[in-house]
Amino acid sequence: MKVTVTINGTAQSADIESRKLLVDFIRTELGMTGTHIGCDTTSCGACTVLLDGTPIKSCTMFAVSADGHEVQTVEGLKNGELHPLQVSFKENHGLQCGFCTPGMMLVGKALLEKNTSPTDDEVRWAISGNLCRCTGYTNIVKSIQAAGAAIEGN
Amino acid sequence: MYPPAFEYWSPKSLDEALSKLQELGHDGRVLAGGQSLIPMMKLRLAAPANLVDINNLTDLAYVRADNGHLAIGALARHADVVDNDHVKTISPTMASAAPWVADPLVRNRGTVAGSIAHCDPEGDWNSVMLAVGASVVATSTSGQRVIPIGDFVVDFFTNSLAEGEMVTEIQIPRPTGSAGGAYLKLERKIGDYATAAVATFLDLATDGTVSNAGIALTAVASKNLKVTEAEQMLIGQTPSPELFAEAAAVAAAACDPESDVRGPAEYKRAVINAYTKRGLAKALAQAQGGAS
Repeated sequence: MKVTVTINGTAQSADIESRKLLVDFIRTELGMTGTHIGCDTTSCGACTVLLDGTPIKSCTMFAVSADGHEVQTVEGLKNGELHPLQVSFKENHGLQCGFCTPGMMLVGKALLEKNTSPTDDEVRWAISGNLCRCTGYTNIVKSIQAAGAAIEGN
Repeated sequence: MYPPAFEYWSPKSLDEALSKLQELGHDGRVLAGGQSLIPMMKLRLAAPANLVDINNLTDLAYVRADNGHLAIGALARHADVVDNDHVKTISPTMASAAPWVADPLVRNRGTVAGSIAHCDPEGDWNSVMLAVGASVVATSTSGQRVIPIGDFVVDFFTNSLAEGEMVTEIQIPRPTGSAGGAYLKLERKIGDYATAAVATFLDLATDGTVSNAGIALTAVASKNLKVTEAEQMLIGQTPSPELFAEAAAVAAAACDPESDVRGPAEYKRAVINAYTKRGLAKALAQAQGGAS
């Protein structure tokens, strides 16, 4: 089936099998490997993308269902310079191995769009569908809050 | 993991979707949020020949307060009922359960009606719906029927939809008096299925007696279990901790949990007992507090 999905602002058309998952479309058809495959069972959130601005798990959606929609991946965060979330994850040691980071940043982006000064609890609640096995989450929470402060300060 | 191949249909209207489902019959399956169906397909536990994707039917993405009931359209996501004023006003049990369904990302995509139709005994919504006496609106090219939730939930992953029918709306009746409700869920981590969970609902008459009661259990039987016997013990009575303890004992005896990675059967039964008592107490406090 022929689909057109707007990825990070650019319309991408392809003829794909209906069973192709959105994450595989992004990684293998488009060669954008920032979106990770972790558990592949809807548990870990490593494959998180924003679908029309809302975070979802791209391993649990068919690419054909994204036809006509807008998808943002981690590659879309940087706009000339690093996004405040990328800066704050770097400065606050919000990552170690980096596997969960794209998902964490995209969930953070959706959260900060509603609220630039979320409490610890609000951040932890927002990222509760995303697993990190390195950091113990503390620095991820700090990073998202620091990015919120930076966005507010601008 | 790749799911088995299927034909994909993406109707632009409800009429088109219903015609397609009618034409496909047994070989057609509705794809809504896909948060249960796609994982099952990836594990090859489901292999529908055709998927009819209803995500373009945005007219069905409503949560509405209609006369007499709360109406949840087929495309309303779980996230749409979290912190929703209509839900909070009409169904405290549903409002209590909403934040505990799956995780935030799954709630952004999965639908309430899809989860109900899925009939996974570990799913949260069917216990809520059984406790509050909800109805399922099933629509096909030949018309519509309203199915009481007790008749809709047949068994393990089995609903009573006929070929060519799809769920278009869930209806939750407004309480008649001052009502309260709770959904208490024990889970190992966010996003996990319940180890055990209990939905409770109490509707009080003006004299403080119970005019309607609901108790239903998650993950402790081959389907979500409505404990009618325990509900009947409460109706017409003045609520008390002793009465709640008796009802909880009946609920614990009625369930049939299995020992698994989430705990031994005996433990789950004890959780049902404790959570039924606690859930009824919460429902009562809310009903007496005037929140309905």
